[in-house]
Amino acid sequence: MAEEIIEQEQEQVAQHFSLPDTNNEEGGEHSFLGASFGKSMMWLFLLSDAFTFTGLLLGYGAIRVKSEWWPDPNLVFNSMPFLHGKDVPLGFVTIMTTILILSSVFIVRAVQEGHRMNRKGVAIWLIWGIIGGLAFLGCQAWEWSHLIHSGMRPFYNVYYAGADGQTLKLAAAEIANHPASPGPSMFAGSFFGITGFHGLHVTIGVILNTVALIQTLLGTYHKRGHYEMVEKFGLYWHFVDLVWVFVFLFFYLI
Amino acid sequence: MTTDTIPGQFSMAHTAHHHKQTFLTKYIFSTDHKTIAKQFLLTGMFWAMVGGLFSVLFRIQLAWPDATFPLLETLFGHWFEGGRLSTEAYYGLVTMHGTIMVFFVLTAGMSGTYSNFLIPLQIGARDMASPMVNAISYWLFFIASVVMLASLFLPTGMASAGWTIYPPLSVLPQASPGSGMGMSLWLCSMVFFIASQIMGGLNYISTVLNLRTKGMTMFRMPLTVWALFFTAIIGLLSFPVLFASVVLLIFDRGLHTSFYLSDLYVGGQALSYSGGNPILFQHLFWFLGHPEVYIAVMPAMGIVSEILSVNSRKPVFGYHMMVYSLLGIVVMSILVWAHHMFVSGMNPFLGSVFMLFSMLIAVPSSIKVFNWLTTIWRGNIQMTPAALFCLGFVSMFISGGLTGIWMGNATIDIQIHDTYFIIAHFHLVMGVAAFFGMFAGVYHWFPKFYGRFMNETLGYVHFIITFVGAYLIFWPMHYLGMSGVPRRYYSFHEFRAFAEYDNMNILITTASIVVFFTQFIFVINFFWSIYKGRKMKTMNPWEANSLEWTTPINVNDIHGNWPGDLPTVYRWSYDFSKFEDEERDFIPQTEPLSQREIELGNNH
Repeated sequence: MAEEIIEQEQEQVAQHFSLPDTNNEEGGEHSFLGASFGKSMMWLFLLSDAFTFTGLLLGYGAIRVKSEWWPDPNLVFNSMPFLHGKDVPLGFVTIMTTILILSSVFIVRAVQEGHRMNRKGVAIWLIWGIIGGLAFLGCQAWEWSHLIHSGMRPFYNVYYAGADGQTLKLAAAEIANHPASPGPSMFAGSFFGITGFHGLHVTIGVILNTVALIQTLLGTYHKRGHYEMVEKFGLYWHFVDLVWVFVFLFFYLI
Repeated sequence: MTTDTIPGQFSMAHTAHHHKQTFLTKYIFSTDHKTIAKQFLLTGMFWAMVGGLFSVLFRIQLAWPDATFPLLETLFGHWFEGGRLSTEAYYGLVTMHGTIMVFFVLTAGMSGTYSNFLIPLQIGARDMASPMVNAISYWLFFIASVVMLASLFLPTGMASAGWTIYPPLSVLPQASPGSGMGMSLWLCSMVFFIASQIMGGLNYISTVLNLRTKGMTMFRMPLTVWALFFTAIIGLLSFPVLFASVVLLIFDRGLHTSFYLSDLYVGGQALSYSGGNPILFQHLFWFLGHPEVYIAVMPAMGIVSEILSVNSRKPVFGYHMMVYSLLGIVVMSILVWAHHMFVSGMNPFLGSVFMLFSMLIAVPSSIKVFNWLTTIWRGNIQMTPAALFCLGFVSMFISGGLTGIWMGNATIDIQIHDTYFIIAHFHLVMGVAAFFGMFAGVYHWFPKFYGRFMNETLGYVHFIITFVGAYLIFWPMHYLGMSGVPRRYYSFHEFRAFAEYDNMNILITTASIVVFFTQFIFVINFFWSIYKGRKMKTMNPWEANSLEWTTPINVNDIHGNWPGDLPTVYRWSYDFSKFEDEERDFIPQTEPLSQREIELGNNH
């Protein structure tokens, strides 16, 4: 009798250890608002990351509100590559924003193809999404180097107030004569700091999407029977996109 | 056969080929939540000893400012040059005491240990939602610990701007020796620490939401799980803001931006900073800093609710109100941060808004206190060391909490801001109290941790000395504070008005030395009991109802907690002494409702 019980126990133990290491197959009956634990973890992470960006943007706002004068973004962000100094207010950043939003659309398509279990479709749209992300990073690199070439540093701002409050730019040759920042240095500091922090997020997103692409091509998700990982990384990508909308609003439009 | 005759002991011999585990995979790089919990506990204990030692060192300076201690120079080298604590080392030790205790012990040590250990066991899950993320969370904490530990040995000294690292002190390397490399390592350590806490918190929350076993509705969860769940939510919302403030501080230090600095002169020399605002840092910091005290104390509240109920053999009084008051604390905890800043030049109108919320948070806190008292009221109290520490928690929480209502009032706070009064207040309410909750948890769940009991006699000695000692340390500080003795001062030589408190300082320091060495009783008891303690022979030694006591005695050998199917839950975990005429005074959660209960109705 006792041995029978032991046998049963042993069977149960063996049965347990034949289960996969994750326990969602068994215990995941409580979905949170219809999301699996992986997806709810991503949502929660995005919530916390949203608080980080809120902190950064509020800090920027507090400094800008207290500042007596702030450069006009239309005059600072007015150059376009290959146009040799032609005045295009906010033209380049509009292109950047469009690229990023388009790449979000591509990722949406990848997720959709994932639901259809179309491995090739997922791969193609992921590649487009990655290209979009890389293009955005390239644009940011161009914009940064353009500003750095004109003398901008995190602690140094070449755009200063004219007599009527208009935005003037210190000529490159004059910089050596002005050791202290001519304009409010925090214009440059917060721009490089916050767009840089966002750029870091975009870089991570490109890496995540590349991981998803490799695993799609290897057929990992297909064997798993679902493409949820693409969806989770996609959530992150849309979030980064959304944050950019706020950065665009607070740094360029206002 | 021999092991199988003990109820709840399952032989694992035949499954060994499935999970061939080496020492490294079982104890070091394990993804098992129980092992990770113990890693957090042991790391937390290490840091608690370091943090406690530091407090003793600077208390010695405060009690005997003129004496020299050659022994301390032998032990601690240049911190005690000539046998006296140097001013730099004093500020460094004060800073590190705060940092270590608040972050490494009461956040990581507390949530890390109990969330990891209790959440899966008490909701009936095989492990955390993502065991891998969980392991990474510990190892990030470990890296943070190593970096912080390394900073203690810098020749230029550790960070010394206070645990609140207010700029400009923390930004300018020329402000103090510790603001150089010491501060850089502090910030580096903090970045790892925040990442660790966020990863942990994500896991705790999604485990509670997604992995509850069949029948475990939210309102059948033990209050420990509720408290740990809400703690994780607070952490998830406030740590990112600390991250933002730390990132901006790093920009200010590394890239010379001016987020926190405006026009400054150091040694008559104008610095290049302009346009920033040090108050901005205070806002961002305290947006974490205040919720942080609830991160420290809320797990203890949950532990106390659970242990008091089990040990008074009564259902916890007002279970739903306990949950709602926790929720109330969560919401209000993120609306009161600026009561730390009443004297920073904040708009008085804004101050009165924060004052109102600070007062209001006393309401959910008092609901909890009254519910603990009514839980033990006329209960059949079992005076285990765990129960004693819970009673100690309630006592500390009341003593420290009442002064909190005082100081939430801006008019009083302006008078006693940055005095020893505030030291007394927060040490009682979230320092000692949270520690008591931690001790209670260790005594109570030690059999589940290691399959053995801790020595009870040593537990009683530990409790009595610590309890009396804690009041001897912190009660006199109220008087010091009310007469205006400021905190963080190295010496009061120049303030002869405070000379009458010299003896009181000696009393406080003596008590703190005694209490510090008493903790070795606990540590020795802990490690001795792991190997030599009385063995746990039954699965449910405290006769509790929650699910962790339905796991086998050797649960630590089982990655997956339950050898067979997951348990099914039919009731809440507080059915104690439900029917006076029945022999057994508890009904485990896994027991279906009896005919009698169904007829009675009103079941959880």
